[in-house]
Amino acid sequence: MKVDLTALDKLMRLARLSLPVSGENAGKRNKDRLVADLNEVLALIEQMNSVDTKKISPMAHPLDIVQPLRGDQDDRSIDRARFQEEAPDSREGFYLVPRVIEKDGDG
Amino acid sequence: MDIAQRGLSELRRDLDLVKISSVELTEEFIARIHKYNKRYNCFISVRAEEARADAQKADELRAKGGELPALCGIPIAHKDLFCMRGVRTTCASRMLENYVAPYDATVVERLRARGAVVLGKTNMDEFAMGSSNENSAFGAVPNPWDAERVAGGSSGGSASALAAGFCAAATATDTGGSARQPASLCGVTALKPSYGRVSRYGMIAFASSLDHASVLTRNAEDAAWMLGAVAGHDARDSTSVDAPVDDYLSALDETPKLCLGVVDDWLDTNRAGAQAVEQALAVFERLGHTVRRVRLPRMGLGISAYYVLASAECASNLARYDGVRYGYRCENPKSVEDMIVRSRSESLGSEVQRRILIGTFVLSAGYYDAYYVRAQRLRRLICEEFKRAFEEVDILIGSTTMGTAFKLGEKTGSPVEMYREDLYTIPANLAGLPAMSVPVGASENLPLGMHLVAPYLAEATLLSLAHQFQKNSDWHTRVPVLA
Repeated sequence: MKVDLTALDKLMRLARLSLPVSGENAGKRNKDRLVADLNEVLALIEQMNSVDTKKISPMAHPLDIVQPLRGDQDDRSIDRARFQEEAPDSREGFYLVPRVIEKDGDG
Repeated sequence: MDIAQRGLSELRRDLDLVKISSVELTEEFIARIHKYNKRYNCFISVRAEEARADAQKADELRAKGGELPALCGIPIAHKDLFCMRGVRTTCASRMLENYVAPYDATVVERLRARGAVVLGKTNMDEFAMGSSNENSAFGAVPNPWDAERVAGGSSGGSASALAAGFCAAATATDTGGSARQPASLCGVTALKPSYGRVSRYGMIAFASSLDHASVLTRNAEDAAWMLGAVAGHDARDSTSVDAPVDDYLSALDETPKLCLGVVDDWLDTNRAGAQAVEQALAVFERLGHTVRRVRLPRMGLGISAYYVLASAECASNLARYDGVRYGYRCENPKSVEDMIVRSRSESLGSEVQRRILIGTFVLSAGYYDAYYVRAQRLRRLICEEFKRAFEEVDILIGSTTMGTAFKLGEKTGSPVEMYREDLYTIPANLAGLPAMSVPVGASENLPLGMHLVAPYLAEATLLSLAHQFQKNSDWHTRVPVLA
């Protein structure tokens, strides 16, 4: 399986990433390089296909455990005011970001 | 030997016998850091004043007499992936360049409770992704044995700081080999415990089913002290294992006669390393252990499964870096979408972005079964191969890496060539088994490491075997001459 420029664009949209464009050619060179790198890694990954694993059940995790639950008690470990000190922009307990919902008449 | 190059256990004895005070010891390390950090770039943040204050408190406690916390007054360093309240925790990324953690990681909390003095936060590959410490937004970390070569990664700063004598011990993390590989390249001892043995609470996540909090020390005895300080169940980490913690120190000198399995698949490409391990095996046989040759042919596929699973988990874990609640936010975002995309793209390094994209690919519709689920099946195959091996032998042995420290820039052109640095170390992460790297030799004055893997929760056996080896060899006592 190989990734091409179209597939790369789709992956970048999903991953919320973009390449800095400092000139048309620079952008394309970076994308070509990234496609080549990704395909190099995919070739490594595809070595998995040398073994038949159809009869083996998947293992998500090294431990055979289930998610433990704690008691339904307020432990006051979340200090929102202190944690929000790190926020780029916040007010009255809310994190502020550019407007998400368009106003009526905004085309 | 220089005081700054003595191990944690020796320094404890010196402190107890009042040969030196914690303040004097801390000043010695701070002076060395100030003298050499520009060249060796081991530390991202140094907390000199706070360390002095902590050392002062430790001396006062010691003067009072009575029972002391285990690491009272010992200066250590933390990999800059462990949250430390009030201190910058950057993960060597522009994304968290100014992030000041509002809480302590469990590892930090437990070491503080045992009296350790924290000198600062060490450099690393960004978000723990790398094997050379060249992926840091704060510059590469050269190897103290040869400054034109890499220290290894991702815990390059911790390994280099310890080897160069800037701290008595250091914390690290190991997701595919990131504590053991730099330890091997820098000539120090690394212990990656069993998965779940040490809490990951406050340890910034790269790949949650593969990340292991680890320790770097001058020798196995020191590692026993450090592990004893941090191991144990933590209700705040839902993957923390609720099993009793062994008395690692008491077990050190009680090495049983073991059957050691030398893994030929972990030796063939590294002649100098292979030779050094064979010489170590001769020492083990002299000490009464039996040695058997073992083949683990499927282990080589671990690297393929790893780069699916680790990338997938990293794509998921790093989705939180969106400029909303913490970390870097781009200037003048035109929309929320623009804010998220540009905040991530402008601040995350190229290796991190590459792995996020691989992870996104293997999790995407149409490829999930062929890649992600398949890798999970391969993970079980590797675990079963280990289980079968441990029916025949007690400990598996090989070289930690395929060679000694390579030159800066040598492998940055090819992601896969860099990934192969972790070929031998990755399987222990997939299976969650405890493993160590122990200095075993040198080639052209560059350290070589021996890799030891034990069954789940058998850290006591691992430490005692390594300790016994170190009582009968001196590779772990060698120190570099700094430029």
